[in-house]
Amino acid sequence: MANTPKGQNEVIFHSIHLPESWKLANYLSVGGYDALKKVLAEKMPPDEIINQLKISALRGRGGAGFPTGLKWSFMPRNYEGDKYLVCNSDEGEPGTFKDRDIIRYNPHQLIEGMIIGGYTLGAKVGYNYIHGEIWEAYERFEEALDEARAAGLLGRNILGSGLDFDIHAHHGFGAYVCGEETALLESIEGKKGQPRFKPPFPASFGLYGKPTTINNTETLASIPYIVKHGGQKFLELGKPNNGGTKIFSVSGHVNSPGNFEVAMGTPFSELLAMAGGVRGGRKLKAVIPGGSSVPVLPGEIMMQLTMDYDSIAQAGSYLGAGSVIVMDDTVCMVRALERLSYFYFEESCGQCTPCREGTGWLYRIIHRIEHGLGRPEDLDLLDSVAGNISGRTICALGDAAAMPVQGMLKHFRHEFEHHIQHKKCMV
Amino acid sequence: MLTPESLKKIDREVAKYPPEHKQSAVMSALRIAQDEKGWLAPETIAFVAHYLGMQPIAAQEVATFYNMYDLKPVGKHKITVCTNLSCTLMGAESAVEYLQRKLGIGFGETTPDGRFTLKEGECMGACGDAPLFQLNNKKICANLSPETIDAILAGLD
Ligand SMILES: Cc1cc2nc3c(=O)[nH]c(=O)nc-3n(C[C@H](O)[C@H](O)[C@H](O)COP(=O)(O)O)c2cc1C
Ligand code: FES
Repeated sequence: MANTPKGQNEVIFHSIHLPESWKLANYLSVGGYDALKKVLAEKMPPDEIINQLKISALRGRGGAGFPTGLKWSFMPRNYEGDKYLVCNSDEGEPGTFKDRDIIRYNPHQLIEGMIIGGYTLGAKVGYNYIHGEIWEAYERFEEALDEARAAGLLGRNILGSGLDFDIHAHHGFGAYVCGEETALLESIEGKKGQPRFKPPFPASFGLYGKPTTINNTETLASIPYIVKHGGQKFLELGKPNNGGTKIFSVSGHVNSPGNFEVAMGTPFSELLAMAGGVRGGRKLKAVIPGGSSVPVLPGEIMMQLTMDYDSIAQAGSYLGAGSVIVMDDTVCMVRALERLSYFYFEESCGQCTPCREGTGWLYRIIHRIEHGLGRPEDLDLLDSVAGNISGRTICALGDAAAMPVQGMLKHFRHEFEHHIQHKKCMV
Repeated sequence: MLTPESLKKIDREVAKYPPEHKQSAVMSALRIAQDEKGWLAPETIAFVAHYLGMQPIAAQEVATFYNMYDLKPVGKHKITVCTNLSCTLMGAESAVEYLQRKLGIGFGETTPDGRFTLKEGECMGACGDAPLFQLNNKKICANLSPETIDAILAGLD
């Protein structure tokens, strides 16, 4: 591409060109830990940091897009006793693979962001919960923690400032639901990962019952940039209400799948071009723009959109974690949805009846449509089962199972009807 | 029941958490036990529970909840193939077919010589490298093709 895309590798992957970019010395060579040093030297008031986060319009990168500055302001300030900061690196949402690369290629920036978080929120300990399937990333993170401790950047009396903050890695072991923040807390406590009823919210009753803030890996790794350059600069990288750059994980039918960090608000068409375009020059059929849990959108609609929370929401889907699954015209939507429905059925923790039973119903109905046994009334049944899960469960895994079904029926209903009538696929 | 090396590793995990919350180390302790024993027999789980001062049933609950624990013996090498959507779009089905033919087993089965177990897995958060499998819960083997699969398997004892 002739021009560098706006914001490319500006915030997170700025050191990715360095060999062994994950080593402390290399991170320091590009100004790493400067933000932390600034915070400590200037004794920046926590309120000022939170204010910069608010100005930056940084929104949670874990999927829900909740404003980070606002979330941090919920932590009780004068609480006597332990508080915790937890990083969510349990990325298990199909189509999402950015946090793994942050940990593999720039772990110290995440560590720096977490230390600034500990300082701001008054937490002495942080945990990073790392997806079970990426053991190599877990090992790399542990090595980075050791390096940081040895350099006096982590642990007691950080850089002689009197600040105490330590971080530990917690290794998951294969449960998608543990990405949900309260299930994740249960899991750190050494229990089954079953989500907690909210309220109380983690800011008042979190890990071990103590005030806790939970943020996604990419969210926390963005903090040093905001502290160093100011919230305004981060905001201007993106667009109003959608500050900064975003890492988009592009997978599926593209020539060069991978992670692309670009400005929020980058046109989808540009992102697709960065990923090498649709495989084999085929026609773009559909895109899941934010991970398997969000409604699919037809290719023609996607080509009109920009990649930010507001644009994708206006089209009836979600930016989610920025996980872009591209499908060309060879894809059978019934088959695609069957696989996703199987996933939610497998991963439902079983705590809430609508989700435990409903995900099984969804999977079985879609399975029979795919296998030529669909009945004319099945599409209404799918609508009704999905509708009966949505909003009726403790956590959003139920909604995550229902939304793909609703999106498919909205945009590709004719494919499902064809399967039912002709007992076979139309593609 | 576990070697001193394994216990040392578990102790390192325990140290990450407040002293009154040793249970937090149960996931890692079970992983370490599984690495040593190959799988988690009920008595292994009970041992880990006692070591951490928790009820065996509570450790059993954890072992059954998370997918990467093996509650039955598995082969020397466990191959877990991701078949979720991004991987399927990139040819996971052909990779599975090839593996099944080459090893002569289906999902959930172990080769008669006890060398390989094949499992179906969910998204590993590495979809850009699809199709892929995870080897022995530790290593992601990416961009699978018949040639890469042959090479990976040939390199295993
Ligand atoms: C079923 C389910 C799975 C989730 N998985 C993840 C995940 O893998 N990573 C993540 O950061 N957030 C995940 N979330 C969202 C978290 O609950 C939480 O909102 C997020 O970690 C907050 O961080 P943020 O504000 O920085 O985005 C998941 C939510 C649900 C309901
Ligand atoms: S879909 Fe296979 S790793 Fe994500």
